Amino acid sequence: MKNIQYLLVGIIFGLALTKGEAISWYRIQEMFRFESFHMFGIFMTAVPTGALGLFLIRNWNLKTMEGNSIDMPVKKYHHGVIIGSLIFGFGWALTGACPGPLYAQIGSGSLVTITTLLSAIVGTWTYGRFQNYLPD
Amino acid sequence: MNILYSPWSWYITGPVIGMTVPLLLLIGNKQLGISSTLRQICEACLPSSLPLLNYDWKKDSWNLFFAGGVLIGGWIGGILLANPEPVAISQSTAAYLDSARVHDRSGLLPSELFSWSSLATTKGFLMMIVGGFFVGFGTRYSGGCTSGHGILGLSALQWPSFVATSCFFLGGILFSHLVLPFILAL
Repeated sequence: MKNIQYLLVGIIFGLALTKGEAISWYRIQEMFRFESFHMFGIFMTAVPTGALGLFLIRNWNLKTMEGNSIDMPVKKYHHGVIIGSLIFGFGWALTGACPGPLYAQIGSGSLVTITTLLSAIVGTWTYGRFQNYLPD
Repeated sequence: MNILYSPWSWYITGPVIGMTVPLLLLIGNKQLGISSTLRQICEACLPSSLPLLNYDWKKDSWNLFFAGGVLIGGWIGGILLANPEPVAISQSTAAYLDSARVHDRSGLLPSELFSWSSLATTKGFLMMIVGGFFVGFGTRYSGGCTSGHGILGLSALQWPSFVATSCFFLGGILFSHLVLPFILAL
């Protein structure tokens, strides 16, 4: 039952990505060439909305629907944050997609994107395989 | 044009995306982060003793339901309520794409580059397969993607996520200007 709620939030998220054209290769190229405000506008409104939500959760000490406490996200730094992010940036420019949009692109009818998703899964596995040989 | 079919402006799209951060936390203390599903699929389909993948993927099965929802959302937005008009990209981007021989504007992705027939060409292989590999390898190495670092991490004012998001853009900008034109010319 719980999982249906996550599915519903995913539908809203995927619908927004798609109708907002954030899954469009054209929009991603436009963004990286600084030729439109559209994608930057999405980021510049999404982040404050998320931040406001987190602020209210913390300020009012809100609990989950079951009454459990909510953990604030903590992201740790390691050198992969720079190296890995640059590599992902290359992939974003090529495919026009981050992991979320990969799913949405497939749903929106680009079935060939299944091969991109499979390749991304292989990429994740490859990182796991060679993790110990890479600078952390 | 019917409002259901028209694309959403950035000031509608952004807040709806951002809203999912508190929503997931309030439903069950879950943190937005879609690249984690790639790792889960690895663990579920390719059992191995790799430390990265050696965790109980079923514990995070909620995220696979979320990803399934994103796929359904893509179907609703891209097929059921598909925008009949081409993506309204800026004239300068359109001119650049024309000069790079990317003429198709019918969908969300140019069919010259993203199709089964182009998959067997060097260009299509680089765009779809190598690109996908970079996405999967890079996000796991970085510890997150545009959702986990770019939306959730920045919302929580985590400085490593600021570094990560800056590097997503730096990588994409450098690649789009310095490398992609050569790939499109193949």
